Amino acid sequence: MKKPARILGEVLGHLFIRKATSNYPFEKAVVDSRYRGKIAFEADKCIGCRMCIRACPAKAIDIQLSADQPAPAPAAEGAAPVPAKKKFDCIMSLDHCIYCAQCVDICPKKALLSTREFELATTDRKAMRLHYK
Amino acid sequence: MSKITIPFGPQHPALKEPVNFSLVMEGERVTESAINLGYNHRGVEKAAEERTYLQDIYLVERVCGICSHSHTTCYITCVEEIAKAEVPERAKAIRALVGELERVHSHLLWLGIAGYEMGFETLFMYSWRDREQVMDCLELVSGNRVHYGINAIGGVRRDISPAQKDEILKRLAILEERTKYYVKLGTEEATVLARTQNVGVLPHGKAIELGAVGPTARASDVKRDVRKDAPYLIYDKLDFNLVTANTNDVFGRLVVRVLELVESYKMIRQILNYLPEGPIAVKVPAKIGPGEAVNRYEAPRGEDIHYVKGNGTDKPDRVKVRAPTMANYASVSYMLNGGYLADAPMVIAAIDPCMSCTDRAMVCDKKDGKVRVYGWDDLRRMSIEHYKRKGVDFSKL
Amino acid sequence: MTTIDSILLSLTYVFVFPGFLFLAFYGLFLQWLDRKLTAVMQNRVGPPWFQPAADFIKLVSKEMIVPEGCDMTMFKLLPYFAIAAVMTSILILPVWCAAPYSFQGDLVAVIYLLTIPTVTFFLAGWSSSSPYATIGAMRVLTQLFAYEVPLMLSLIGPAILAGTWNITEIAGFFTAHKTSMLPQLPGFLIALLALQGKLERVPFDMPHAKNEIVGGQFTEYSGRLLAFFYLAVDMEMVAGAALLNAVFLGGTLGFCGLAGFAVFLAKTLGIVFLLALIKVAMGRIRIDQMVRLCWQILAPLSLGQILLDVFLKLRIG
Repeated sequence: MKKPARILGEVLGHLFIRKATSNYPFEKAVVDSRYRGKIAFEADKCIGCRMCIRACPAKAIDIQLSADQPAPAPAAEGAAPVPAKKKFDCIMSLDHCIYCAQCVDICPKKALLSTREFELATTDRKAMRLHYK
Repeated sequence: MSKITIPFGPQHPALKEPVNFSLVMEGERVTESAINLGYNHRGVEKAAEERTYLQDIYLVERVCGICSHSHTTCYITCVEEIAKAEVPERAKAIRALVGELERVHSHLLWLGIAGYEMGFETLFMYSWRDREQVMDCLELVSGNRVHYGINAIGGVRRDISPAQKDEILKRLAILEERTKYYVKLGTEEATVLARTQNVGVLPHGKAIELGAVGPTARASDVKRDVRKDAPYLIYDKLDFNLVTANTNDVFGRLVVRVLELVESYKMIRQILNYLPEGPIAVKVPAKIGPGEAVNRYEAPRGEDIHYVKGNGTDKPDRVKVRAPTMANYASVSYMLNGGYLADAPMVIAAIDPCMSCTDRAMVCDKKDGKVRVYGWDDLRRMSIEHYKRKGVDFSKL
Repeated sequence: MTTIDSILLSLTYVFVFPGFLFLAFYGLFLQWLDRKLTAVMQNRVGPPWFQPAADFIKLVSKEMIVPEGCDMTMFKLLPYFAIAAVMTSILILPVWCAAPYSFQGDLVAVIYLLTIPTVTFFLAGWSSSSPYATIGAMRVLTQLFAYEVPLMLSLIGPAILAGTWNITEIAGFFTAHKTSMLPQLPGFLIALLALQGKLERVPFDMPHAKNEIVGGQFTEYSGRLLAFFYLAVDMEMVAGAALLNAVFLGGTLGFCGLAGFAVFLAKTLGIVFLLALIKVAMGRIRIDQMVRLCWQILAPLSLGQILLDVFLKLRIG
């Protein structure tokens, strides 16, 4: 059965209800608590096993030996010197990363975590390469 | 009336993705049409051979943005079959849940696109506003609105908590009410009926002959649905109807998709009630194979076929993807002939085209009629020679 | 006798009010209002008030690309012809009091003047050498043959009742006999639909249907020329709304000066609201369906309206 302008009632009603869109840059967008955004790195937990590099589908993450290594702990009386725990840096390419959080899942020491930041667009190419120390 | 050839695409406001239809027109009527593919070819199948099985999940997912879960699940089912892994029941249920949510998302998106192609912008805005409900559900479950990444080899990566179950059910109730309105609107509004009835007619015999799949075929009364013919995941335990229509035109496809939405809501409720206790994944070794497997999946657009061949290493030997739109292309050419130019966007939109899933590149040598397959090195050498002829400097390579 | 004062007055009428500047500003305002109403009815926020002006300025500042093989002079001059025709037509319509230049038979003159922009669209499509533009041009002409007859017939009805062919006098008649406006309602609705066709808005926007023929008659236009074509369409909306207001709703209802202008603004805003409502509630139909709709439904209904008006006129005496 054909009814022209069947949507008319809905359309007139919408003049009075709250709008579904928001003025985005001026009003913040809300994301879920488990949203997969930028990946953060905690240097004190990383052991340098590089499992994350093997898991990454996009070759976005790189683990390197840090430039400043911590000094070894002072040896106890008569005991052999204990070598210091090596410190690693993480270099994340935000433009290659696909935010799948596979590295987060596979890290044995939980040194990587998924944050909720997604507003990562920038005009500066160098800012796309994050160097976590 | 003189004949004009109009190039419909690859850049055209009606097309979401590049494809070229060469339409030969007399006045407003289309007399012949030819299809040219290949603008979106990215070499995914070749790239899949250089990545591990785990990395390939994300590569295969990005074959398409809207049916991403279909591609991953089909691929991962093949891999698990080769590795002879037993996927736990809870993982299968969660996969089916995300699959049905994806179907709801895709059909609501299609409803908007159909409205837009008709010039009915209001339907476009309303259905995409309601699509936000299902996108929020998917964000809750998987952490992202498209490209869910919920599959892992051997199961799924994330679990569903009771709080999330309540949230999904709440949004489902809103969606069910809105879909009832869209059923009424789609079947009664005068301009929708004027633009979709008797447009893009594909008779039953032709649909089977040309190999149409998905809602395109079901609107011509072809009772084919992989969920019923060869149930995978937990579809043999779910109770749902196979939706068909017998009007053979775009209106039938609209009705089939909107009614499939209703069936999907029923299925989502059943899955959420059924979720069995248990682990969400089993451990699968990194080196898989040797072996090969073929699997089918009912993507929102139709039947999706994946073939994976493993050879004992951690990288697959061959991955082949046959997307549903590939099967529907032949019927587009048939449907465009004899119609109006104004109907061309509607006909193309009615098969729910997804060129990203589909594109192929094949080289046919005209001189000796042989078909060659080019490898990486051949393509690279050819493109360097092509640009050298155009004057680009390659000395720094 | 023509004095400096009268020449200055004429120039003000033509270029400032109700001429070019008024048409441009009010046209851009009505475009914004239409877009904002459409957005709110589609549950969106919509553009800010300066959007149409920003679009115009942006288009004017862009490069103008003229296709090879097209008729250069015609291609470049057509937008200005469209604007000139609309500017002439507004001088015959009552905007704040009586029209600046009214004469017996100006109803026919206005209908003729408002046909000129449509013919410029056709020539624009025809002179660009592009298959999309050619199809758009053919659709413009087909659409013109479809809606022009219901538009003319529905405008003749009130003219018969008022017993005059002068628009200002028709407005004066309905101001004096306000209840006679009610039987004109069917004619008003038909004229609204025909105006929607003239302005090429949904459901009648097939000539420049984005999804089918890219830009239709405007496909090859860019930069300054496109800006002025869009401005011509906006001005046509003002002129069309003013015409419908004068013939069916009594013009400025007897007020003059600022009060008359306020009445005019209020009623044209109401007409634009109705046009936006029609645009939001429907999808685009095909050109053959439109021709069938106009000739099989709208034309007979407007003939019926004329018969009703003849009957009423004989009753009034």
